[in-house]
Amino acid sequence: MTLLVTVFAAIICTVLWYKKAPQDEMKLSTLCFLYWGASLMWFVDAIYEFAAEPASFFTPVPADLLNDLFLGLSVVALGLIVWLIVLLVKDPRGVFKAMLQKK
Amino acid sequence: MACFLVSAAEAAIVTVTTQIVLAHENKLLPKYRREAEETSEQHAAKIPFSHKLRWLSNLLWGGSLQLAFEHVWHGEIVPWTPFLTAAATPAEATIMLHEMSTVGVGMALLVTAVWGAMVLVSSSLEKKTTLPALAE
Repeated sequence: MTLLVTVFAAIICTVLWYKKAPQDEMKLSTLCFLYWGASLMWFVDAIYEFAAEPASFFTPVPADLLNDLFLGLSVVALGLIVWLIVLLVKDPRGVFKAMLQKK
Repeated sequence: MACFLVSAAEAAIVTVTTQIVLAHENKLLPKYRREAEETSEQHAAKIPFSHKLRWLSNLLWGGSLQLAFEHVWHGEIVPWTPFLTAAATPAEATIMLHEMSTVGVGMALLVTAVWGAMVLVSSSLEKKTTLPALAE
């Protein structure tokens, strides 16, 4: 479930990045790399998990599924926070610079 | 357990390598500029290698960060020594090292392979865009 949520987040971010590419004013590429990196790593984790227990892989317990969903959503939120920090620190639109100059 | 540490270690190495490559590229910048003046279209389409290395470091750092968060979620990382619960006993440490050498290395290899494919695709696209300029 965590893998699925992250893959969907990665796909949405890639589509949003592609709409404005090659311009990347909002630093969406950072978010794409973050989610795709995590998706690839969890994909490998899922392969090993499937190899270890193929029978239970596609029939998870509902409690585990819910926990994994919460984890996936939390991971997406963490990615967004990291992206927001990168965006505000790099300030590609020069908003903070303009605000300081006004003062 | 601690599979993300392999990718994090690779990310650290790639970040240092990126800085070295970037410094080397900056040293060669005046030469590149001269050449760019002669064949501006060819250089406009070329992505510096340091930029491509940054793709890999972003993928690795991003993935490692998310996986580290997952380990905190599952209680496998704690804020006291030895920070990894699996490193507390020698028996569990052996399992952790085995997981790092299988799952962790697998993760690092897959991310690197995907980055390699990205570099190959972008290189072929660069060639496609520079070839018409050369033919003119």
